Amino acid sequence: MSTDEMLQVMDAPGKAKGKTPDGLKGDDLKKMFRAMFFTRLFDQRGMNLQRQGRIGFYVPSYGQEASQIGAGYAMADHDILFPSYRVVSIALLRGVDLRVLFNQAWGNAADLCKGRQMPNHYAIPDIGWTSISSPIGTQITHAAGAARAAQIRGEPKVSWAWFGDGGTSSNDFHAGMNFAAVWKSPCIFMCENNHWAISVPQEKQSASATFAEKAVAYGMPGIRVDGNDVLAVYEACKEARERAESGGGPTLIETVTFRMGPHSSSDDPSKYQAKELFEAWQEKDPIDRFRAWMKGKRLWTQKWEDELKEEMLAEIAAAVESAESTPAPEVETLFDDVYADVPVMLQEQRATLLDQIRRSGDIEDTGGAFPL
Amino acid sequence: MPEITMLKAINDALHIAMEKDDDVVMLGEDIGVKGGVFGTTEGLHAKYGDLRVMDTPLSECGIIGTAVGMAIYGLKPVPEIQFQDFIFPAFDQIVSEMAKMRYRSGGHFTCPMVVRTPSGGGIRGGHYHSQSGEAYFAHTPGLRVVMPSTPREAKGLMLSAIFCDDPVIFLEPKALYRHSKEEVEDGFFTIDMDKARIAREGKDVTVCSWGAMVSIVMDAAKEAAENGVDVEVIDMRSMLPWDAETVLESVRKTGRCLAVQEAPRTCSFASEIAATVAEKCIDSLEAPVGRVSGFDTPFPYTLEHVYKPDKKRVLNAIEYVANWQ
Repeated sequence: MSTDEMLQVMDAPGKAKGKTPDGLKGDDLKKMFRAMFFTRLFDQRGMNLQRQGRIGFYVPSYGQEASQIGAGYAMADHDILFPSYRVVSIALLRGVDLRVLFNQAWGNAADLCKGRQMPNHYAIPDIGWTSISSPIGTQITHAAGAARAAQIRGEPKVSWAWFGDGGTSSNDFHAGMNFAAVWKSPCIFMCENNHWAISVPQEKQSASATFAEKAVAYGMPGIRVDGNDVLAVYEACKEARERAESGGGPTLIETVTFRMGPHSSSDDPSKYQAKELFEAWQEKDPIDRFRAWMKGKRLWTQKWEDELKEEMLAEIAAAVESAESTPAPEVETLFDDVYADVPVMLQEQRATLLDQIRRSGDIEDTGGAFPL
Repeated sequence: MPEITMLKAINDALHIAMEKDDDVVMLGEDIGVKGGVFGTTEGLHAKYGDLRVMDTPLSECGIIGTAVGMAIYGLKPVPEIQFQDFIFPAFDQIVSEMAKMRYRSGGHFTCPMVVRTPSGGGIRGGHYHSQSGEAYFAHTPGLRVVMPSTPREAKGLMLSAIFCDDPVIFLEPKALYRHSKEEVEDGFFTIDMDKARIAREGKDVTVCSWGAMVSIVMDAAKEAAENGVDVEVIDMRSMLPWDAETVLESVRKTGRCLAVQEAPRTCSFASEIAATVAEKCIDSLEAPVGRVSGFDTPFPYTLEHVYKPDKKRVLNAIEYVANWQ
């Protein structure tokens, strides 16, 4: 397949176009739908919590659920994940306890990251989800390096890097693609082309006709797939994973999708995005398409979806309550994890701070809202 | 014990580390078949092959970024940046990724790795092969910044760095690679990165330095002694975290302090030493804390010998501080 063709299994209204990918049974398809639907509800809740001033920031993945779950379902449990900040869906697919996610959003004492990062910058070691960075693309070289490490150790793990169309302009994209290709490392580069890097549209990002074609110059396969077609994404990722695991090296997969929401809770797309464009993509909403496809296969009923929704909302509500009522990390944890052991200079700084608090009371939280 | 150069001492340390632990891997430009442009990785590729000793594409960002990925995976990568002057395309990976990984992930992911890079002048390399950039890194919480001053120090500190759980910027003073020989133990040994070394005991003036400047300071101290000034020389070893206590203890004894570095002056590690001594030792000080450094200019080519502090400049500063009343 050339890099300007686009792989599809269902058409825009959700009618079957190709055959269902091998190995996917009814239960698998239901799990995929469940994760996509869950992601939408989770994101809506995340955005609401930010609007209510209860968490400081949120990054929704509206419109990209198929692009992500298709990949997530093709992964092996022992694979290593190098996600961007817009991929919470994979954690939901993998059954991560919602308290882990909301504790991170609040940065509370139970947060695995100990309140050290903004919301959406998870680190979830149990599922091989490495720590998320804000600077764009930096995880791409990490994925190439981890994939090389798997080769060195002789372990069958595949590394997955997620980034957007904007990420392809980064230094690390170039370096990561090049190193992985030279090393023939088991690495899959997931370029979610959601058409926007905050306000900068795809055509101002790259003069290449597609992002998939960039793979050609690095000497690896580049696959372009309908990113709102979860089964097409799954098929492309499954094939890429098999290639990676059998020594065939890395693959770049461009999922053509659309960011159907703001860049983050701090962004307003109406300033730079035509309403008609958004509406045209709304017609291709990946959840609506998959629902129609499932319905055509008699795998979906309204009753099932209603039950799912009720169960998920209850789960979300319980986790929100738990996270919100968990206190902030203790002041002294500020000095932990800078180094493996707290060095003398930090012990002194910690002692000085704690002494000041003892003498003149707690330090006032003057807040501050993230403006971007 | 054999007498060896710093180059050989570093090469020994790398051989020992790779022999000791299969997770230790090397990567960088020309470090494989060629054995490095200076020869520090000589013989490693022949012994351990392409998988553990990697000649990489020419991208510093790629070298450090992939090494971070390897470290997250569980290896102990030792990437080389051919000259410290070339490290800046990797600055983002060093500062925002390698240094922050443990903290930002709540301790769940770490980067136990050593970025080796030749630093400082002495080879007539102009400003792209001569700079001393330690202060850039010493301003980054999460990093260890180490610079050895002798062959034995280089071997012991390198082995400490490789088997330490923190990311280390290991600055190799390239002027010392073949400068002189020293007796160095065979086999594995480590030197504590957290402790500065008293290179020479004295009672009149404390002089702090590191890397290639230590031997110049030692020469100056010898000459000062002939003039009746007894200099205590401290080899700092590490600039982050750094051993303030050894310096303060010395200054409490001598009452006079000088920091000597090759790097530019403003916002430098010498400035940090001076500020700390002024802050914590004011009662002991009998003279202003002095700094001898490179100038706040780019590192020059033809006038390199003027830019770099030499024995005469150090000696003048020692006399100034010693004679202050």
